[in-house]
Amino acid sequence: MSSVEATSAIRKTALNAVHRQMGAKMVEFNGWEMPVEYPASIGCGIINEHMAVRTGVGIFDVSHMGDIRLAGPQALAAVQNISMNDASKLSVGQAQYSAMLYPNGTFVDDVIVHRLGEDEYMLVINAGTREKDFNWVRDNTREFDCTVENLSDDFTQIAIQGPKAVDVLQKLTGADLRKVKFYWVTRGKLCGLSNILMGRTGYTAEDGFEIYIPSDEATSARVWNEILAVGKEFNVVPCGLGARNTLRLEGKLPLYGHEISDTINVWEAGLDRFCKMEKQDFVGKNALEKAKAAGLKRTLVGLEMTERGIARDGYKVQDHSGREIGYVTSGSPAPFLKKNIALAYVPPEFSEVGTMVKVEIRGQGAAAVVVPTPFYKRPKK
Amino acid sequence: MAYPTDRKYTKEHEWIQANGNSATIGITDYAQESLGDIVFVDVPKVGAELAAGKTFGTVESVKAVSDLFSPATGTVTEVNADLATSPEKVNKDPHGSWMVKMSLKNPGELDSLLSAADYEKFVAEEAGH
Repeated sequence: MSSVEATSAIRKTALNAVHRQMGAKMVEFNGWEMPVEYPASIGCGIINEHMAVRTGVGIFDVSHMGDIRLAGPQALAAVQNISMNDASKLSVGQAQYSAMLYPNGTFVDDVIVHRLGEDEYMLVINAGTREKDFNWVRDNTREFDCTVENLSDDFTQIAIQGPKAVDVLQKLTGADLRKVKFYWVTRGKLCGLSNILMGRTGYTAEDGFEIYIPSDEATSARVWNEILAVGKEFNVVPCGLGARNTLRLEGKLPLYGHEISDTINVWEAGLDRFCKMEKQDFVGKNALEKAKAAGLKRTLVGLEMTERGIARDGYKVQDHSGREIGYVTSGSPAPFLKKNIALAYVPPEFSEVGTMVKVEIRGQGAAAVVVPTPFYKRPKK
Repeated sequence: MAYPTDRKYTKEHEWIQANGNSATIGITDYAQESLGDIVFVDVPKVGAELAAGKTFGTVESVKAVSDLFSPATGTVTEVNADLATSPEKVNKDPHGSWMVKMSLKNPGELDSLLSAADYEKFVAEEAGH
């Protein structure tokens, strides 16, 4: 059993004291001390938190995520240069999933690009890559007439996720959230705070919102507690990084350092539909053209264990004869699906649905089958 | 939670309850608390040899994989098959949900393990640091 080691360099969100007060189990994640799960005594634990988001509502402190603002006459051109999706398709108030690439076509990070104004964009980036991302954006947008600001420390970011998320958040704001479509944002009064950005986005494969409030401790704690208070009738629970991971895995949402990294390219990760090769030049495009022509050496597949055993990150994948063919990027029990699932890189000839493979678990090959992904898709209303 | 005084404890968070030359093994409340929702318990079959201080199985929660360390040397005589299908029982009743029973090669080995009071002190330090 491992215990949490405190280091002086570890960073804390404005809600740290609130999490501790609620009895959350705190862990280090990418340099941040974050709640991994809340205690069973308040109806939590990863499985309960996961189920709450699938069937009701849960809230997450995701303030460790970073935010970069680009604004100015050439903000769009700057975003287009560093982002593989086509930001020219965005209306004001709309958001899109995308990624920033190195010249060789591998990942700097995945991002959500928000168009906040005529010439104003906000990129939401990962915690572990905050500094790297900001430097990357700044260095690769120098030739454009726009400002690049790191707003990462300005916001406490709270995700309200689940089919009841809209009902909970609506109680706290005058903005009409029912009119906000998935991957659109709005601004409005929230808990008495003016002009708060609320996006219908998330990382749970469920409906939900992410809100950006001032990052002082008092405001952060007040809003967090107000959401929990008005959410009581919907049995809202606080959720940690544990449930965040199992939820995103069921939905096959990539995690930096796992499904995507600086050694994996867009085609391998299967993110083709977010990469717009028809748009003008962007960093990584040339390499991706060459990679496409060369063909895939490995591809990301979904696995379901058919024998007893849980595939975990880094475990080897074998063919039926026991020969090593790939590795698991993320593996876990799936609390809603009640199966043991994994994402893995394997050669394309093993990627067809129904292909039998093995996952090496403590020296033993346990049978698994390639299944369609995402593992979980939320029901259409 | 009070730790039952009818058994001994290891620093790896197993408990062992001896009765003459046989003993029952499980994991402690602190262990289940630290692991979170337990979803998988893997222990050796009846007849397997266990060595004191050596790993003999695995317990997994949604998030973590943890080795089980044998508190004593001996042979597995019975396995709690219930935990293969209902591993969550370890969360609900850690000191009642045993994992294996064993025959002890040397019951005297248990003298070097922690008493309930010492174990409680040990986990208080571990949790606080």
